[in-house]
Amino acid sequence: MYDIVIIGSGVSGAAAARELSRYQADICVLEKEEDVCCGTSKANSAIVHAGYDAAAGSLKAKLNVRGNAKMESLARELDFPFRRTGSLVLCFEESDLPELEALCDRGRANGVKGLRILTREETLDMEPNAAEDVCASLYAPSAGIVCPFGLNIALAENACANGVEFKFQTEVKDIKKMEEGFELYTNHGIFEARYVVNAAGIYGDVIHNMVSGKKIHLTARRGDYCLLDKEAGNHVTRTIFPLPDKMGKGVLVTPTIHGNLLMGPTAIETEEKEGTNTTREGLDQVLKKAGRSVRNLPVRQVITSFAGLRAHAPGDDFIIEEAEDAPGFIDCIGIESPGIASCPAIGEMTADILRKKMGLKEKTDFISTRKGILNPNTLSIDERNALIREKPAYGNLICRCEMISEGEILDAIHRPLGAKSLDGIKRRTRAGMGRCQGGFCAPRVMEILARELGTDIRDITKSGGASRMLAGISQIPHRNIEPLGKE
Amino acid sequence: MKSYDIVIIGGGPAGLAAAVSAKKSGIESILILERDRELGGILNQCIHNGFGLHTFREELTGPEYAERFISRIKELEIEYRLNTMVMNISPGKLVTAVNREEGMFELQAEAVILAMGCRERPRGALNIPGYRPAGIYSAGTAQRLVNMEGVLPGREVVILGSGDIGLIMARRMTLEGAEVKAVAELMPYSGGLKRNIVQCLDDYDIPLKLSHTVVDIRGKERVEGVTLAEVDGQGKPIPGTEEYYTCDTLLLSVGLVPENELSRGMGVELNPVTSGPKVNESLETSLEGVFACGNVLHVHDLVDFVSEEAAAAGRHAAAYVKNTDGGKAKGTAVKLRTGAGVRYTVPESIHTAGMEDVLPLRFRVDRVYKNCYVSVYFDEERVLHRKRRIAAPGEMEEVRLEREALLRCPDLKQITVKIEEE
Repeated sequence: MYDIVIIGSGVSGAAAARELSRYQADICVLEKEEDVCCGTSKANSAIVHAGYDAAAGSLKAKLNVRGNAKMESLARELDFPFRRTGSLVLCFEESDLPELEALCDRGRANGVKGLRILTREETLDMEPNAAEDVCASLYAPSAGIVCPFGLNIALAENACANGVEFKFQTEVKDIKKMEEGFELYTNHGIFEARYVVNAAGIYGDVIHNMVSGKKIHLTARRGDYCLLDKEAGNHVTRTIFPLPDKMGKGVLVTPTIHGNLLMGPTAIETEEKEGTNTTREGLDQVLKKAGRSVRNLPVRQVITSFAGLRAHAPGDDFIIEEAEDAPGFIDCIGIESPGIASCPAIGEMTADILRKKMGLKEKTDFISTRKGILNPNTLSIDERNALIREKPAYGNLICRCEMISEGEILDAIHRPLGAKSLDGIKRRTRAGMGRCQGGFCAPRVMEILARELGTDIRDITKSGGASRMLAGISQIPHRNIEPLGKE
Repeated sequence: MKSYDIVIIGGGPAGLAAAVSAKKSGIESILILERDRELGGILNQCIHNGFGLHTFREELTGPEYAERFISRIKELEIEYRLNTMVMNISPGKLVTAVNREEGMFELQAEAVILAMGCRERPRGALNIPGYRPAGIYSAGTAQRLVNMEGVLPGREVVILGSGDIGLIMARRMTLEGAEVKAVAELMPYSGGLKRNIVQCLDDYDIPLKLSHTVVDIRGKERVEGVTLAEVDGQGKPIPGTEEYYTCDTLLLSVGLVPENELSRGMGVELNPVTSGPKVNESLETSLEGVFACGNVLHVHDLVDFVSEEAAAAGRHAAAYVKNTDGGKAKGTAVKLRTGAGVRYTVPESIHTAGMEDVLPLRFRVDRVYKNCYVSVYFDEERVLHRKRRIAAPGEMEEVRLEREALLRCPDLKQITVKIEEE
């Protein structure tokens, strides 16, 4: 029996696992996908919001501001990319000014530092590509951008280094409350746990309803996004929002931490929990609404589009608490925006609930730091050459667009919780995430994966499960054909 | 640091032909840098025939065509490095590259020939909605998998885009036992060569659906099907025309983009229409001593023309190194102007002093024309009026300018190429 089983390894589950791994406890994370960061955490705006949006006194407000404040030190400890770039909320009508001011006041009440209302001129000075008819904006210097995969993977790897077990492709089908603890029925047998953390993202309600009579319904809100080439990455230098509405923060335009430009999301309610498909209408809406806030968007530079689902709870707030009628079952659900920004505080709060309940004792050997995958671009030529001499794979560039070497791909495969699929490689190294979207490097990465994992290339998947890349071995590889030359 | 008279970026058909011709023009110190495992570039995966009709007067496969040039490289003892990625070129032609054996290293070039080729436009560039499962490949990636890696990407295939690689892959997948259900093309005409439509689609009863596009991709893990719909004149899907095709694979052949990240990085001016460098009659870019040829300059249909163009780039680079290119005496250039119906021209300007006796002027038309005339004007005077029964964007057009003719017009300011209809 485990002391704690955490269901889900998105940012919330991984942050909870990492915080709980400070204590003496047997912990296991059950993840239905083949990797961490496969749900809401992988497809979102990747913004570390400042914290002015949520209602004062809400968990969203409290955890956002606290998570934002902790992000810098966490990024240093766990070696993932994060940058404080600041954000602007644009106001286009004089009549909306009170709303902008209310947002500013709410932010101050939430404890957001440095908020300032800017004039039209100040706004255009900061962001020359902001729409010309902007009349004022709310500037939040503490907002930032992060690599959501980097953050999620770093948390999970660090938890793993501190003894947390991870079981992938293990889907919880049912939970039974026992005299002591719970039995979790999965496709890989029964797991027993004294305490359960429900961090199942979009399925948080399904998991909750397995043990609790107080039923919850989470609404999935789909957000479509368009990602633009790095050439467009400097079009704006801060995250640009319109004024928020009841469906959320609206379509933003932002540089990403890796230098692309991101636009989105839409907010389309759906009952389809696997419905991460983009639609024509959704993508058109993204382009149209982004174009309202920012001028001359180079929309021809779109390199990919994607959609994510965010789990909206009825009270419009995160639910992080013990289920009333199921002692020992801790919900950590309804984590929509600002979930990424809040996750350090979500992990802390979840761990704190369990620490108090279980009387958890701190470990003496907790490892607080983790080293990410070495990026050779950060090295001097001499350092890089020393590395290549030692490990020649770092001299073999596989992804041309993002300049990713075989050495980085090998590191991604062989580290704890390593990559098993093309998407796993992509999220850890960026190979395949550039302008050709894997056109050149996919065959090479498939070959490396097959070699390193000791599997047949036909079993290599895009993202686990049935997502096989190939249908078979072709009948006549050309290498075996005799040349037809006439000489 | 090593230095070379000419460093050629890319060992595909353009780089190879440029190297051979530079060597034959008397340059000894030449280096080809190739990122792949072997010389030959994309030709190595083009195992179909039809290459070399112009160059060798015989029909070769891609690897055979490449082999003709590779053996010349070896005979002429031209130096090359494989598995070597060029990371940066400075405006002063300092080339930074990396490979397993040497690590990161720098080379100083007197002249640089850009021959990096092109890449395929990905799905994202079209913003096709739907899921993002496994089984969506660009046609060239599928071609590499089938012809070089010996694996089969899928068994039931729909192809979007009728570029030449898409057409070739329709036949290739069929020969490998896959079922190709349809080739959809957004435009009312194909982007590929007529002969490929006949030999790759018609001969195998594969339907070509013009004015159609993919409006949805189904399948969460692996492609399960795609929905095609007819589009109107603006390329917008027409509601009610949707047709669902079950398939496990979607191949995309939706355009090629010259790979000019290195060129842009060194400050070479690019033409927004071709996405390739702006060049003069010597195929020299806006940076002195930096030349471009092949698909990095503009996307070609036939490798024979790549070889011809690259050979010219090699000769001009050699002349630059030997200082016999007319140098400063080049004077002001005659501008090439694109008239009605012409999307771009290569080159974009001409110094008569730098011209060889005959200069091939290549361009593409903006749509399909029937019974039109290709006309060339020297300033206001029409000097060429050639009847074309059919001209299409998928087939590159060419007129040949004679140096003599330009010398006869010393005050010439501008040459216009246009399509005139009856």
